[in-house]
Amino acid sequence: MNAIIISALWGVVMMFGGVLFKRSSTPKYWAVAGIIILLAANIWEFFGHQIFTIDTKGMLRFDKFGLEFNTISFLCTLLYFLLNGREIEKVGENVSEYFALIFFILCGVSISSSFNTLLMLFLGIEIMSIPSYILTGSDKRNLKSNEASLKYFLMGAFSTGLMLMGIALIYGGNSIGSFYIDMLDLGKGTMPVMIAAGLVLLLVAMAFKVSAAPFHFWAADVYDGAPTVFTSFMATIVKIAGFIAFIRLFQVSFGVIQQQWQMLIVVITAATLLIGNLTAVFQQSVKRMLAYSSIAHAGFMMFALFALNDTAREGLMLYALSYSVATIGMFAILVKMNDYTIEGFNGLYKYQPALALTATIFLLSLTGIPLTAGFASKFYMLMAAVKDGHQVWLVILAVICAAISAIYYFRVIQAIYFKEPPIEIHPALDVTKSFKYLLIISAAILIIAGILPSLVVDWLYF
Amino acid sequence: MLGNYYTFPELLLWIPLLMGAMVFFLKDSKTIKAFALVSSLITLVISVISLRYTDMAHHPEYFAYNNVSYVWMPYLGASFSVGLDGMGFLLTFLTAFTFPLIFAATHKREYANANVYYGLMLLTQAGITGVFVATDALVFYFFWELALIPMYFLCSRWGGEFRIRVTFKFFVYTFISSLLMLIGIMFIYLHTPAVSTLSDHSFYLKSFYNATLTSAQQNGLFWLFFVAFAVKMPIFPFHSWQPDLYEQSPDSSVMVLSGIMVKMGIFGMLRWLLPIFPDAVGKYQTLIIIFCVIGILYGSCIAYVQSDLKRIVAWSSIAHIGLMGAAIFARNNTSLQGVMLEMFNHGINIIALWIVVDIVEKKTGIRKISDLGGLAIKSPALSIFFLIIVLANIGLPLTNGFVSEFLMFTGLFTYSTYLAAFACISIIISAAYMLGMMQKVFFGVPNSYTENVIDITKGQKLILSIIVLTILILGIYPGPLLHLTRDTITQILQTIK
Repeated sequence: MNAIIISALWGVVMMFGGVLFKRSSTPKYWAVAGIIILLAANIWEFFGHQIFTIDTKGMLRFDKFGLEFNTISFLCTLLYFLLNGREIEKVGENVSEYFALIFFILCGVSISSSFNTLLMLFLGIEIMSIPSYILTGSDKRNLKSNEASLKYFLMGAFSTGLMLMGIALIYGGNSIGSFYIDMLDLGKGTMPVMIAAGLVLLLVAMAFKVSAAPFHFWAADVYDGAPTVFTSFMATIVKIAGFIAFIRLFQVSFGVIQQQWQMLIVVITAATLLIGNLTAVFQQSVKRMLAYSSIAHAGFMMFALFALNDTAREGLMLYALSYSVATIGMFAILVKMNDYTIEGFNGLYKYQPALALTATIFLLSLTGIPLTAGFASKFYMLMAAVKDGHQVWLVILAVICAAISAIYYFRVIQAIYFKEPPIEIHPALDVTKSFKYLLIISAAILIIAGILPSLVVDWLYF
Repeated sequence: MLGNYYTFPELLLWIPLLMGAMVFFLKDSKTIKAFALVSSLITLVISVISLRYTDMAHHPEYFAYNNVSYVWMPYLGASFSVGLDGMGFLLTFLTAFTFPLIFAATHKREYANANVYYGLMLLTQAGITGVFVATDALVFYFFWELALIPMYFLCSRWGGEFRIRVTFKFFVYTFISSLLMLIGIMFIYLHTPAVSTLSDHSFYLKSFYNATLTSAQQNGLFWLFFVAFAVKMPIFPFHSWQPDLYEQSPDSSVMVLSGIMVKMGIFGMLRWLLPIFPDAVGKYQTLIIIFCVIGILYGSCIAYVQSDLKRIVAWSSIAHIGLMGAAIFARNNTSLQGVMLEMFNHGINIIALWIVVDIVEKKTGIRKISDLGGLAIKSPALSIFFLIIVLANIGLPLTNGFVSEFLMFTGLFTYSTYLAAFACISIIISAAYMLGMMQKVFFGVPNSYTENVIDITKGQKLILSIIVLTILILGIYPGPLLHLTRDTITQILQTIK
C-alpha cells in the first residue's frame, strides 16, 4: 500500500512542480528524492510495516512476491533516473511532467504486482499503459515519435477492450459471480465456454502488453519511435510489471486448470522466441536490435507462465533484475552515442574504455554467459521448464535461440573491440565521471547477482 | 596451513585468476611479461608440490589437501566444490607446465595492449584449471564457459585477417553445444539423490554418478553431453571450426587452444560422459568409434595435401584427437591408459610443433611449404629439435608418442580388429606428411626466403630442449603418469555393468 499511495502522491507533486520549478534541472533532483522515498517505504512494507492502513476489502494483496518485485523495479528506476536524468531534460520542455508520468507508471506497477481482483488488474494495467502512450509521443516535433504514440495508443486501446471483454466473461461465467481471482473456483473439469473464451481474451490482452508474439507488432515500431530514454523505461520496467501481473493472474485464478491452456503458452513462447531472435539478427540499428531483443527476452520470461512453479517465480524475479539493469545500462550508453547503428560503436574501447567494458558486460549478461545475472536468470527459467517435464523440445528451442541471440549481441561487442574507430574526429561524447561510475555499479550488480543469485531469490521466502 | 585454510585445487585456480586480474593494471610491456611468467611459474611450483600428495595410501592428508567445498546455493543443492584425483593431477600439471613454456616461447613477441593480452591468457588458465578441478556440475559448467570467453577475445582481437568471423564460428559452436549440455545437467540434477536437507537434489559429482536414469533417458541425455565435448575436442563431423581458427589465432593463444583447451573435451568425456551414461556409451560406442576413425583418416589425408605449415599441424591434430576419441569409446583398461598418456603427450607435442612453426614463420615471414627449404643448413639446431618433435608426433619408439599410441591401438584392437586396422593406416599417412614437411622445409638448398636465416637463440634452445627432454623421458619411462591415473581408470571401468 505504501508504494501505491506514495508514488501517486509524488506524481502529483512532480506535476505541480512543473509550474513551480524555475530551472529545468530541478525536477531531476526531486524525482531522485521521490524514488528513494518510494524505495524506502516499499522496503519498510516488505518487513511488515504499513504506513497507510486502508481496508481494500481484499482487492489488493501484498505478498513477498509483489513487494520484492516493487523493490527491484524501484531500484531499477533509481538507476534509470541517475543514468538518464540529463537526457530526459533534453527530450522536451515539460521535464517535470515526464517525471510525473513515470511516477504514475510506478503507481500502476505497484497495483499490478498486488492485485487480487480482476478490476484492480485492469486499473493497474491501464495506469501503466496510458502514461506510456504519452511518453512515447513526448518528442512532439518528431513524426516517428508521433506515429509510434498513435500506433501504441490504438493497439493498446484495442487490447484493453479485449481484456475488459475477457473480465466480463469470466465474471459472468464463474459460479459465484466474483471478480476475486482467488475465488473463481474453476474446479478440475473442462472449462465452461464462457470461462474459456474469457481466459483466451485475457491471455491475448496480456500477451499484447508484454509484447509476446503474435501480438508483438507494435513493439518494434514503438520502441524505435519513442525517445530513446523512454524506450529504455518501457522496454524494461513496464514490460516486466506486465509479466508479474500475467503470472499472478494465471497462477492464482487459472493455475488449477493449467493443463488446458498450457499448449497456448507453448505456442506463444516458441513464436516469441523465434520471431524476436531471428528478426533481431537482421537489424542494423542498435536501438531497433534492442527492441527486438526485448521481444526475444519476453519469450524467455514466458517460460515462467509455462512452468508456473516456484523455480519459475524465482526465475522471473531474477530476470526482472538482470534484464532491467542490463537493458537500462545498454540504453544509457546508446543515448550517449552519436550514431545508433552498429558501426557507430566501432572502436569504442579506444576512446571510451569504461563505456566499452560496461557495454560488453551488459551484452554478455543479455546473451546469458555464466558469471552474469543473465545466465542465472536463464538458468532458472530453463530449470523451471525442465522441472515441469512437458515439452522438452521447447527448452531445446530456447537454447538454440539463446545461441542465435549471441549473433546480434556479439556483433556490437565485435564493433566495440575489434573494429577500428572512424578516422575523422568524433564530437566528444557527453560522458561524466559519475555516469561511468554508475555504469560500473550496474555491471557490478549484474556480476554479483550472477555469482550469488540466492541474494535475490531468497527474499521470496524471507 | 594447507588443508585447513586452502587446498591445492584452490591455489591452482586462484593464483592465475588473481594474477590475471592484476596484470590488467600494469603498464610496461616488459613488466607484464615478467609478471605473467612468474605467475605461471608459481602455479607450476604448486602443481609440482601437489604431485607429492597423490597417493591415498601413503598420505592420510590426501583428502584434506585435495578436496574442498563451500556453500554456494544451498537451496539449489549447488556448492563450490573442487577436488583433484589422478586425472585432475595429470591435467592441472599439464596446464601448469605448458603455460610457462608458452609464455617463454613467445617472450619476444610484442602485442598491442599487452596487459589485456596477458591478463586474458592468465584468466584462460584459471578457467581451464577450473574445468579440471570442478567436482560440482554447475561449477564445471561455469568454468567450461568461462574458459571460452577470454579465448574468444584473445583470438578475435589479436588474430589474423579473418579472425572475427572464424573466432565467432568457434564461439557459436561451443556456446550452443554447451547450452545443450546445460539442459542435460538440469535433467540429471532432477534425478539425483539429495545430499543435504536443504534441497531435494544436488549438483555434486558423486550424486550425478548415483543418478537414477532409465536407459531411454540415458540415450537422450548422452547426446546432449556428447555434442558439447565432441565440439570442443573436436571429433569429426564437429571439427569445421578448428583448422580456420588455428590458422587465424595469435601464436600463444593457439598453443593454449590446441594443447590444453581440447583436453577439456576429452576430460569431460572421461569425467562426466563415461561414468554417468555407461549403458548409453555401450549402445553408441561402435557408431562413435566409426566416426572417430573416419576423422582420423580424413584428418590425415587432408593434412597430407596441405601447403600451409599451420594447417598441417591443425589437421594432424584432428587425426590425433580422433584416435583419442576412438580409444575413449573402446573403453577398456589399455585404451584408457593410452588416452591418459596421450592427453599429456599430445599437449606437449603440439605445443612444440607450434613453437617451431612460429619460429620458422618469424625467421622467413612465410608459412608456405613449397617456398621454404634448406633451413637445416642455416639453422641446424632447430632442425634437430624439430626432427625429434616430428618423430614424437608420428609415434616412433623412444618418444612419448609411441607409448600412448601403442596403448590406444592395442585397446582399440581388443574392441574391434577392423576398426583398429583402418585407424592404423593413419600412422603411415602421418609419417608421410610429417616427414614430407620436414624434408621440404628443412632439407634442400636455401632459397631467397631462407638465405638470411640465422640459427635460434640460446633461450629458444633452452625451451626446445626442455620439450625434447620431456618427450624422451616420457617415451622411455612413462610409468609415473600411468601410475598417477590408475585409480581414475578403475573408477570409470567400475561403472560398466
